[in-house]
Amino acid sequence: MSIKEYRTAAEARGGLLVMKRTPGVAFGDRVLIRDHAGTRRNGQVIRAADEETLILVFEGTDDLDLESTWVRFLDEPVEIALSPELLGRVFNGLGEPKDDRPPILSNIRRPVTGAAINPAARTYPREFIQTGISTIDGLNSLVRGQKLPIFSGSGLPHNRLAAQIVRQARLKDEDTSFSVVFAAMGVSYADAKFFRDEFASSGVLRNVVMFINLADDPPVERLTLPRTALTAAEYLAYDLDRHVLVVMTDMTYYAEALREVATAKGDVPARKGYPGYLYSDLAEIYERCGRIHQRHGSITMMPVVSMPSDDITHPIPDLTGYITEGQIVLSRELHNQGIYPPVHISPSLSRLMKDGIGKDDTREDHPRVAAQLYALYARALETRNLASIIGADELSERDKRFLRFADAFDQRFVGQGEAEDRSIEATLNLAWELMSSFPRDMLTRLSETDLAKYHQGSD
Amino acid sequence: MSEPTRTGYIREINGPIVTIVLPGVRNGEQVRIGELGLFGEVISLRGQEAIVQTYESTDGVRPGEPATGLGWPLSVELGPGLLGGIFDGVQRPLEKIALQCGDYINRGLNIAALDRARIWEFEPNPQLEPGQKIGPGTVLGTVQETQTILHRILVPPTLSGELEEIAPAGDYDLEKTIGRLRDAQGHSHRLKLFHRWPVRKPRPYLRRDDGIAPLITGQRVIDSFFPQLKGGKGAVPGPFGAGKTVVQQQVARWSNADIVIYVGCGERGNELVDVLETFPQLDDPYSGRKLMERTLLVANTSNMPVVAREASVYVGITMAEYYRDMGYDVVMLADSTSRWAEALREVSGRLGQMPVEEGYPAYLASRLAAVYERAGRVETHGAGSGSVTLIGAVSPPGGDFSEPVTSHTKDIIETFWALSKELADARHYPSIDWVTSFSGHVHTAAEWWHKEISRDWERRRTEALALLARDAELSRIVNLVGPEALSSAQRWELEGAALIKEGVLQQSALDEVDTFCSPRKQFALLDLVIFIFKRGATLIELGVPVQELQQLPLMARARRCKSMFNSEQVDQIEALREEVGRVFEKMRLEYAKPDEAATNA
Ligand SMILES: Nc1ncnc2c1ncn2[C@@H]1O[C@H](COP(=O)(O)OP(=O)(O)O)[C@@H](O)[C@H]1O
Ligand SMILES: [Mg+2]
Repeated sequence: MSIKEYRTAAEARGGLLVMKRTPGVAFGDRVLIRDHAGTRRNGQVIRAADEETLILVFEGTDDLDLESTWVRFLDEPVEIALSPELLGRVFNGLGEPKDDRPPILSNIRRPVTGAAINPAARTYPREFIQTGISTIDGLNSLVRGQKLPIFSGSGLPHNRLAAQIVRQARLKDEDTSFSVVFAAMGVSYADAKFFRDEFASSGVLRNVVMFINLADDPPVERLTLPRTALTAAEYLAYDLDRHVLVVMTDMTYYAEALREVATAKGDVPARKGYPGYLYSDLAEIYERCGRIHQRHGSITMMPVVSMPSDDITHPIPDLTGYITEGQIVLSRELHNQGIYPPVHISPSLSRLMKDGIGKDDTREDHPRVAAQLYALYARALETRNLASIIGADELSERDKRFLRFADAFDQRFVGQGEAEDRSIEATLNLAWELMSSFPRDMLTRLSETDLAKYHQGSD
Repeated sequence: MSEPTRTGYIREINGPIVTIVLPGVRNGEQVRIGELGLFGEVISLRGQEAIVQTYESTDGVRPGEPATGLGWPLSVELGPGLLGGIFDGVQRPLEKIALQCGDYINRGLNIAALDRARIWEFEPNPQLEPGQKIGPGTVLGTVQETQTILHRILVPPTLSGELEEIAPAGDYDLEKTIGRLRDAQGHSHRLKLFHRWPVRKPRPYLRRDDGIAPLITGQRVIDSFFPQLKGGKGAVPGPFGAGKTVVQQQVARWSNADIVIYVGCGERGNELVDVLETFPQLDDPYSGRKLMERTLLVANTSNMPVVAREASVYVGITMAEYYRDMGYDVVMLADSTSRWAEALREVSGRLGQMPVEEGYPAYLASRLAAVYERAGRVETHGAGSGSVTLIGAVSPPGGDFSEPVTSHTKDIIETFWALSKELADARHYPSIDWVTSFSGHVHTAAEWWHKEISRDWERRRTEALALLARDAELSRIVNLVGPEALSSAQRWELEGAALIKEGVLQQSALDEVDTFCSPRKQFALLDLVIFIFKRGATLIELGVPVQELQQLPLMARARRCKSMFNSEQVDQIEALREEVGRVFEKMRLEYAKPDEAATNA
């Protein structure tokens, strides 16, 4: 096969272009499109047959006509060039420069759709990352190689939280910093600028690669953007042995772009118009994260998912939660009370916490402290609920204790400064301080040894 | 298998669905697609054209490339060497693939599931003599597959006739002949240590039997409240993060099955790694050997091609039936059957079939039922009784149990462990909801418990569930009018229910002592908390304040008991019960008026 050009466009709508009689074109290949004005667009073959080929046009099909559109089949997959020069640069979803500097030149070019990692080649992620944020480190710990999304809502400070994590994340007793791959899909100019300024002011910009598709950029390009970004992340992690933190925002706009194209293709919808394959599609992205045998580098992923109408059962957060290794859920209620970061711990979860904490990693009491805090807080929320119905005065002494605990917990454990970087010891000590308002007999999730060592109460 | 291969060409590629032109190809036949030789399966025929679902990504494949029919349906290799391994959705050995092509899975790989170079020590069945009639499932001899598992070499289900010869004891590889059989037509067939079987066809057995023994999983809320039987079928539905995978992994770890087949179907790669890394370290509580020796994994993770996800469940269940046919009790866990159903939906969508509900094809319910139907306890052809227990996780979108996969599954299975988001959010694990869960096997399980553990088992179970039901009722009242509206007796009921939840139902998989709980320990804990509740209730009646009982150090100990004493220390739990008896008796004497003390004694 070789490069071929055709002018047989037969249909153009919703980001899709139908070409007639283009024999021998490979599924998944890249194409270049030249429109009537001579402007170039990029595309990819998403259905291939001799009689008819279907092309996804990343820049969209607006303003195309059928007569003067030329399509060149490049006989290569959609790929990007990789080199250490990526760091410090800004690209679009196809890996083309967006910072007025020349394109990356390199012999290393890789298709953006990565192959699946062989599960037998993976290593279970175990290394505790200290983010300096109590609700994460203490209760939903992040480990190197984990995919842990932030579930948020419009107007909530997910960006500030993500930026704080990028600033503060490090391994305990080690100061190798993370390289950052930042993937922005459909975000506003202001949000993109916020991150850029953040990276610049914390002096990490030279260690960051940015892939940016703004709200007014073509939506179809959002479909390749995370894949392009992850191909870069894999290169940094596995070729250059770096520990990479991938921040992706906002997966909701990605999924919406996918729905738009799926609808145009006539794919059978499953829930809320999203195609049935949304789960597998998201998994192809999220599962590229992890640790691999005998590789020094790693990929840790922190996607931001904004929940439409704050609904966690909406297909995008729902399917994300089914794939990722937990989730950090932000609450509007806490936010409205002025608590930052407004992490609602009840629906938050880290599935990989169990092997990253405890005696050899953080502190021996950590797993039980987390379990106990959760149990107390669950009970405290019930009590708060009850108090809102019958009035706090009607509560028993025992219940009032829970109420006071809930308030202290929200204010002091959940709430912290945006520049406050708490060590894990500080977090655990704070936890003990709060728990010590309960007598030992009520703290049955803790062992008697823990209580003897850390409980600060009198009885 | 000796049919000539035929070659045609590709007409269209639409993701995993490829249209080929290949006259004479059959429905269900395996094909290899394109220059890369991707594996696929014919799923429908239309004139000269065949529609193929490919198990591998079709990126880079072009119309016009060749397509070859292999002449047989999707089949698995069955023989020694499966245990301890990890296979992909079409039974390719993932560890070998990693050695051969590194960290990522290459396409078009053709690697046999079973290792041809490995030598096995074969011991012929001493009861067999040349000239004897043998048939499907006859045990030809044995191979020690792992320290715990004696692998019985069976005559394949398709063959019967007269034994011509049987090999002497000795070392054989898989391709060596270990016997010959002459069929009714006079054809002679070579018998080897392994054979092939098409995965979509259930393996035959003599007859189906009812389940008789519970599958002991070491998990209290399962064994003591919603028991499963060996040979039963069950489902674990729940929203994400509720604990489906942990429940399945706990069953894989601690159940008293002979063989465990864990199918990771469309879920996380790391969860399989977790099993791969931890099972070789963990001891089977029954045999004392390492868990990995009885376990095998099938992995089609969420990022692996969707179509192989559909196949993986059949590949798993066929291997399960094979070990069943050797007379073993096999447990197969499928995490998650929803991803399997979604694979069906994906293919049917690409074929333009009419969706009926939420995009699922009309045949969803019947396919699901057919898969679960392969579970059961049976009389095998040649090795006595064997069973396959099938437990599927279900991942309902948005946690909504009324969606098609959950609701169809619920109609099929007998044991339903419904996980609740509320319980999981409060870190009450396992988050199996005692109100919505059910087991159709309580009666059968009770016979076992009454015989083996205690005659009081069913009574205690009922008492505990009744108390939990009261708890729900009373909590509703509290939420309307506050706790002051309750009498002390009612407040004690709330306390009793809390004790059941904390002391019995909650069981952390991460607690080294409590992760496995023997039936004796299960009963001792249940008996302890019911005893505390009932004795306490008589004290409350006498006017003892609830708070006084609440504050007894004994109560905190009863809650911690599960993690303080392991399954060998049941006597300590029983001792605690005695102590509660003494303390309560003392209180009773203090509060009771002399005449009442005499009548209550
Ligand atoms: N029995 C249990 N003991 C301790 N922790 C549990 C238990 N069940 C669930 N968990 C916790 O919940 C998390 C999610 O459970 P998992 O089984 O992965 O959920 P699902 O498969 O339903 O999404 C686990 O990572 C673990 O932290
Ligand atoms: Mg799971």
